[in-house]
Amino acid sequence: MRFIFKISYRQDLGLFRDRFQRDWYIALLLGLLALPVLLPDYRVDFSLMLIYGLCGVSLMVLAGYTGLVSLGHAAFLGIGAYAHVYFAQDMGLPWIVSIALAALVSAAAGGLVGLPALRMTGIYLTIATLAFALIVQEVFNRWESVTGGLKGKAVERPTIFGVSLQDDTSFYFLCLALLIAGLWLTRNVLRAPTGRAWVAIRDSEIAAQSMGVNLAVYKTLAFSYSAALMGVAGALFAHQVGFLAPDIFTVLLSIQFLLMVVVGGLGSLHGAIFGAIFVALVPVGISEARDVMPEWLGRVFSVFGQDAGSAVAAAVDGFVKHPGLEPGIFGLVLVLFILFEPQGFYGRWIKIKLYFSQFPLYKRATFKRQKSYMRSERLR
Amino acid sequence: MSFFRADSLAMQFGGIKAVDEVSFEVEAGEVFTLIGPNGAGKTTIFNLVSRIYDPTSGRLLFEDEDITEVPPHEIAGRGIARTFQNIELFERATVLQNLLLGRHARKRSNFLEELLFLPKVRRLELEHREAVEKVIDFLDLQSHRDSLIVNLPYGVRKVVELARALCAEPKLLLLDEPSSGLNVEETEDMAFWIQDIRELLGITVLMVEHDMSLVGAVSDRVLALNYGRPIAMGTAGEVQAHPDVIAAFLGG
Repeated sequence: MRFIFKISYRQDLGLFRDRFQRDWYIALLLGLLALPVLLPDYRVDFSLMLIYGLCGVSLMVLAGYTGLVSLGHAAFLGIGAYAHVYFAQDMGLPWIVSIALAALVSAAAGGLVGLPALRMTGIYLTIATLAFALIVQEVFNRWESVTGGLKGKAVERPTIFGVSLQDDTSFYFLCLALLIAGLWLTRNVLRAPTGRAWVAIRDSEIAAQSMGVNLAVYKTLAFSYSAALMGVAGALFAHQVGFLAPDIFTVLLSIQFLLMVVVGGLGSLHGAIFGAIFVALVPVGISEARDVMPEWLGRVFSVFGQDAGSAVAAAVDGFVKHPGLEPGIFGLVLVLFILFEPQGFYGRWIKIKLYFSQFPLYKRATFKRQKSYMRSERLR
Repeated sequence: MSFFRADSLAMQFGGIKAVDEVSFEVEAGEVFTLIGPNGAGKTTIFNLVSRIYDPTSGRLLFEDEDITEVPPHEIAGRGIARTFQNIELFERATVLQNLLLGRHARKRSNFLEELLFLPKVRRLELEHREAVEKVIDFLDLQSHRDSLIVNLPYGVRKVVELARALCAEPKLLLLDEPSSGLNVEETEDMAFWIQDIRELLGITVLMVEHDMSLVGAVSDRVLALNYGRPIAMGTAGEVQAHPDVIAAFLGG
């Protein structure tokens, strides 16, 4: 066990819990800076992972902290992506200005979606955001002068202050810098009154309102801020994929973002990042499995005879090459997490940490919660 | 000049008159209690005062200002804070965060300043913290400061909710059944605190309560309601002895 002696109110305002935590994060940062050197072949995936991280933080603010679940976040990603490409390439604005404008456009769209959120709660809001995403996708299809329509639109590599980031390594650092900036800004808001107001709305709207929280303002603000982060992620995403087409920003992508925050652990920024790592790694794992699994399982089963071995190999080969495998696995994982670890990866991580810090006195019951039935007469 | 006045307040849900032409006046510095059997309209009056419901007719006056049309989130800023019958705390936040949210009506920083966590935000946060710590000391919540609400027993949650309301620095405090679900010792503590809130902090209390020993110990005046109508008004003893009140509670 480590004891933290709190001797000043300032300690509770810091970014990190204590000196040790800060040191760990510095070590993590150094590790991330050294990553392109350590693993030169996997850089492209890591940039995507960082972009997903930003997406995760964005949805975490909305779903994890404000309690407004959105199934339309791929639309904000798309709005950010198309807006950025339009401003930077078609209008020739400087990169920094363009990405800031993309964030603003996305934030405005977020505010627009946030307005009905004042009247709708829970599943109804989620369905409204889903409808929004479908509409936006249709707009991407039709508004050819800006989006290039179904033909799509090629995206150039970013050029910042005259420096062209042609190679993957520099793009990776750009993504890293923006993710860290996004995390820092989000953390700042969350430790300030606005973040508390969001949490209050999530846990009890009625009490939040009675304590002075203007629900209309703070829900719209959460939507706008979340959409702005998504817009920045979208701009980076455009550079990452190199080619924009409306069918990238599908509902499936939105579901993936939702999966990210649920699997990572709702209500923690750590969770957003854990979820992003998971979502970025699963496709890699699947493609690896595609190459290795049939042959490997075939060899295992060949102990029952050569025919059995090759039959199994063929069957497995057919299964792993099935095109719907990825969404299927995502769905399965989501269900399993909701059933067995609703706190997500972050919750599991906390439990593992506690296990070791209290060894051998750890009790499973520490995390058991009594179901509470007290809020029978909740006002809505 | 009156501190708080409800003027022929009425609230109708469909065909049911939950509150029917209720008028009362609360003087500054007193503890005013509403009693009545279940469904008498006590909590509805609370929800009207904290503006969660719009009254069908009638007016609410606080410090000589009409607050009948004020939106609910501005009520705390005007100096009216409340607790809830069924505890409405922010369960997945710590006690400290709950109490700091109680200071929301006193917030003076804007979103952009918070985004960058400017020194001004830091200074204001420290000011809020000082204020919150005073309430923590007042209600002896030191040992629970950093625990999540979900981990706290019911009795402590009740106190935390009272603390959160006090953090808003109200002039009028609405307590909806402060003793419900508390054991004898906790109810006794609650009685002392209500007295302290009035005498040390100078806050006026409007309370709904069923426990007549608590009502008798702390209230200056009691208003008994039945079926949304006032039936008796006076000291706790007078109201308890009133034949209509006895009839309302015991039948007769």
